[in-house]
Amino acid sequence: MSFATNDTATKHSAGVAITAEEIAAGEQRAPEDVARYALALGDDALMLGQRLSWWISRAPELEEDIALGNIALDLVGHARFLLSYAGTAWGRTEDELAYFRDEEEFRSVRLVEAENGDFGRTIARQLYYSFYAYELYSRLRESTDATLAAIADKALKEVLYHQDHAEQWLNRLGLGTEESARRMQRGLDELWPYVPELFHDDDVTRPLAEQGVAVLPSSLEEPTMTRIRAAIEEAGLTVPTTGTARGGDRSGEMSEYRGYILAEMQSLARRHPGASW
Amino acid sequence: MTQTTSSPSPASVPSPEDAAGQENFDRLIAQDSRIEPRDWMPQAYRKSLTRQVSQHAHSEIIGMQPEANWITRAPSLKRKAILMAKVQDEAGHGLYLYSAAETLGTPRDELNEQLLSGRAKYSSIFNYPARTWADMGAIGWLVDGAAICNQVPLCRASYGPYGRAMVRICKEESFHQRQGWEILFELSHGTPEQKQMAQDAVDRTYGPALQMFGPPDADSPNSQQSMAWKVKRFSNDELRQRFVDMIVPQAEALGLTLPDPDLKWNEERGHYDFGPLDWDEFTDVIKGNGPMNAQRMARRIQAHEEGAWVREAAAAYARRQAEQNAPADTQLIGA
Repeated sequence: MSFATNDTATKHSAGVAITAEEIAAGEQRAPEDVARYALALGDDALMLGQRLSWWISRAPELEEDIALGNIALDLVGHARFLLSYAGTAWGRTEDELAYFRDEEEFRSVRLVEAENGDFGRTIARQLYYSFYAYELYSRLRESTDATLAAIADKALKEVLYHQDHAEQWLNRLGLGTEESARRMQRGLDELWPYVPELFHDDDVTRPLAEQGVAVLPSSLEEPTMTRIRAAIEEAGLTVPTTGTARGGDRSGEMSEYRGYILAEMQSLARRHPGASW
Repeated sequence: MTQTTSSPSPASVPSPEDAAGQENFDRLIAQDSRIEPRDWMPQAYRKSLTRQVSQHAHSEIIGMQPEANWITRAPSLKRKAILMAKVQDEAGHGLYLYSAAETLGTPRDELNEQLLSGRAKYSSIFNYPARTWADMGAIGWLVDGAAICNQVPLCRASYGPYGRAMVRICKEESFHQRQGWEILFELSHGTPEQKQMAQDAVDRTYGPALQMFGPPDADSPNSQQSMAWKVKRFSNDELRQRFVDMIVPQAEALGLTLPDPDLKWNEERGHYDFGPLDWDEFTDVIKGNGPMNAQRMARRIQAHEEGAWVREAAAAYARRQAEQNAPADTQLIGA
């Protein structure tokens, strides 16, 4: 399997598109610790894709049904790559991981599990996540793990657009009307306490980062937050001063939303265990 | 915009411009050529096309709802991704069609207002619920399948922007139909519960899908004029027959049955005969009494109202940017 970088978003080398199926069937089996790392990143993408997809047919304008749908679709794609790769370590498919794990087995951060709220809050979440994801994937492209590097390379091209979308809306809402600025500010404030969880190092990421496989989450904090602060100020809004919510370790122990998301997402698959679709 | 109608009363005398315009229009239609937005066209043609194209656009937009109902519960990540892409395509179709309708002189805001106020119609089929996952299959196979039968001839519609929009839409619709068929194929070859789910969805969707072609020819007064204008190329009944002939072997390949005891091959006609459809139900649903009419409209209105502050913000921002002579941002919505 070769993942030479080139310049399109969908192809990795001439005529070879990266697919979840290819990763699952590939010769590179993820080592246990790499699988746990990929799982956490995949869970983030999956939860956010799931949340965002709700907007399709409910967005403020048709163009946004399409834009948010596109972003959600990209995120589900990233989740498929990452879960497929993680699954190679345990002989489990992307769907077994997405649909047949329980709440406490997921490793997503609370930011991506947060309710959509109004459009302003959704944009706040997009701003925080996409700026982080940009920094993450920019570095993960250099991973010594070829599959992670290839996934990051593909994801980065898409995340660039997500970042652009979030920033443009941040500006429109921040500098639009009094009401839009108020709502955008509220979205930023409400989600701010959950942002630091993105930068939480743990026993999986520390050694992997030393080996050059993973990106140490805490190393992303300064570059991500510097750009987020600048973007907020550029949009005429105030960098939130709220504190950090306790329990930021991806365990889900300090979260209420995860169970509801899974109850909905997994309901049909779990009624028909072993079925194919 | 001219006020001349296509069939002026004997008392009215068309202006020389209108007479020349009508002559040119008639010639283009006779040549099977295309009418373009700047061409003179009879007021009735403009009105009829605006109604047809905008109703088509509204159908795409309301049609997003039954399928969006299953995005968050799709049973595999691959199916989730495919379904998201499909519903997103429908929003795209809505956009092309509103753009085509706008070339006839009615702005998108006004067309949207007609939908939200209930003055404009959309395809009646979307007033039925998508109760199970198998409805995603039945909608793709039968509803998109019927839409394709209707729309392929519309690629040659005499109004240029409509025909061209249809070319792209038909390409995407054929993917949609295939994915619907594939969903049903998986289900009909899966567990007994899955197969039953598929059969139930086909049973629910078959009748309303056949009604998508509109009332029988004898009860479709507008069809003749539309065919004379070369917008419509085949009658409702011709298209319905073509559709039935297409889906019967496909149903057999799926291992599913179609809920019509009168369905059988007619050697003499070279077509399948099929039983009568419930046109009272059809009329009732069009009047607003379908199981989902109220919910579909409420959701569209809610999305529109809750998005108002966002559109206002985008417009205000765009005005400010324009005042500052910043480079134009062509992606601004509501601008």
